[in-house]
Amino acid sequence: MSLALDLFSIAAISAGVFFFLAGTVGLLRFPDALSRLHALTKADNLGLGLIVLGLLPRAESLLAALMLVAIWALVQLAGATAAQLIGRAVRRKGPAI
Amino acid sequence: MSVLQALDVGLAFLVFAVAAWTVFAPGPFAATVGYVVYGLLLSLVWIRLFAVDVALTEAAIGSGVTGVLLIGAAARLRGAETTPAEEALTGLTRLFAAGLCLLVAAALAAVVLLLPDQGPTLAPQSMERLPETGLGNPVTAVLIAFRSFDTMLEKVVLVLGVVGVWSLAADRYWGGAPGEARAERPEPTLAFFAQMLAPIGILVGVHVFWVGADEPGGAFQGGAILAAMWMIVMMARLTEAPQASAFWLRLALIAGPAVFLAAGVAGAVVAGGFFAYPPGLAKPLILFIETFMTFTIAVTLPMLVAGPPRREPRR
Amino acid sequence: MSDFLLATAGAILFTVAVGLVRILGGPGDADRMMAAQLIGTGGIASLLLIAAATGARGVDDVALGLAILAAFASAAFVNSGAPAEEPDPNPADDR
Repeated sequence: MSLALDLFSIAAISAGVFFFLAGTVGLLRFPDALSRLHALTKADNLGLGLIVLGLLPRAESLLAALMLVAIWALVQLAGATAAQLIGRAVRRKGPAI
Repeated sequence: MSVLQALDVGLAFLVFAVAAWTVFAPGPFAATVGYVVYGLLLSLVWIRLFAVDVALTEAAIGSGVTGVLLIGAAARLRGAETTPAEEALTGLTRLFAAGLCLLVAAALAAVVLLLPDQGPTLAPQSMERLPETGLGNPVTAVLIAFRSFDTMLEKVVLVLGVVGVWSLAADRYWGGAPGEARAERPEPTLAFFAQMLAPIGILVGVHVFWVGADEPGGAFQGGAILAAMWMIVMMARLTEAPQASAFWLRLALIAGPAVFLAAGVAGAVVAGGFFAYPPGLAKPLILFIETFMTFTIAVTLPMLVAGPPRREPRR
Repeated sequence: MSDFLLATAGAILFTVAVGLVRILGGPGDADRMMAAQLIGTGGIASLLLIAAATGARGVDDVALGLAILAAFASAAFVNSGAPAEEPDPNPADDR
């Protein structure tokens, strides 16, 4: 059972790293600011979410696991807000502000 | 080289690269963003150096208060014209400044590298006496019990900082409110964010302050998070900054150091020494003092960021 | 297992550091804010992995603090850059 959980953790965390990689590649290679923003927010939240998912089986207690989920939820909130704000700033002032 | 060592070396290189870029950044805003990133990486470094309290402070102050302060300042600078004095910074001056910085860095490096293996430290004695304070976190014990006078003076410095910032106001604005007025229709994204985040943030701030007695945390970290919550509500323009002449504001600003000083003076009467705590009452007294200090920090930092009053005071 | 976690933390930090190029290059300020946001999230992910690998106490609280403050730089950036929606009744611009 613990081997299965370990394998699950490894799989989820590796997928999370892949999404971070994808986010960075998107940030560097997409043509304009808004599409880069899109790559950033999707990869950010999904990458962190998968890593939290992978760390959940290793949490010491239910409370610790809930804290991990809470951290991810807060980053979701912050990421969504930041994306909206930056996107609005780009729209208002043009692509190269 | 183990994985942990490789991680540490990589982190050190990254910090160095970001710092170098911040120095050569094209313009104040880019440098500010570089500085915020630098602060974040630095809190990772502190964690690797087993200084979790410092990492928490660096995270709370660097990303929260200082980041907002510097970005606001950079935005204001962007509007101002470059003065002729900036053009006159000759190569010789830059060389001199660079040489001075290198000298300071070399001196620091020499000091760190030449430290004896078992440097002079009071840490073992503090750890021995830790149970007398009733606390589990040695950092909090040093801050509020063993070295309390220094900590109180640090809070006094914060109050002086606010007075300094307020004194930048024009004469007719003295006593008025800094920042912008409350908006009739606040911008929806920021308003939603502030309304969702502030309750959670207040809870986390109080938790970090309270848990600082036994785990990493404490008054300053908790106060900084609470300060950030007030700041985001002000940034979303759901509320406006209070007037500088408001009595409750001035009371809140001095509450922390005043209570601390009162406890110290009372210690001279009750416990036989200036800033001594009566045995057995140490932990409740420490938490009592820390409560007021947290409140003061939570009120002072946003006032520092809000800046000098820019509106006439309402009678 | 903890070696794997640490290696992943390093991989994330390295990946996100490559995003620093966007700060260096970045034709606009918004790109720099985005790169800072990416590094923020990557930093939180690395912290959680390091906490799970080394078992240090209190590191989760640092990650929580960083998560709470993650959007502050972006909020300040937008707040200072955006023009006021309505004109200030008492414009204050004394130097």
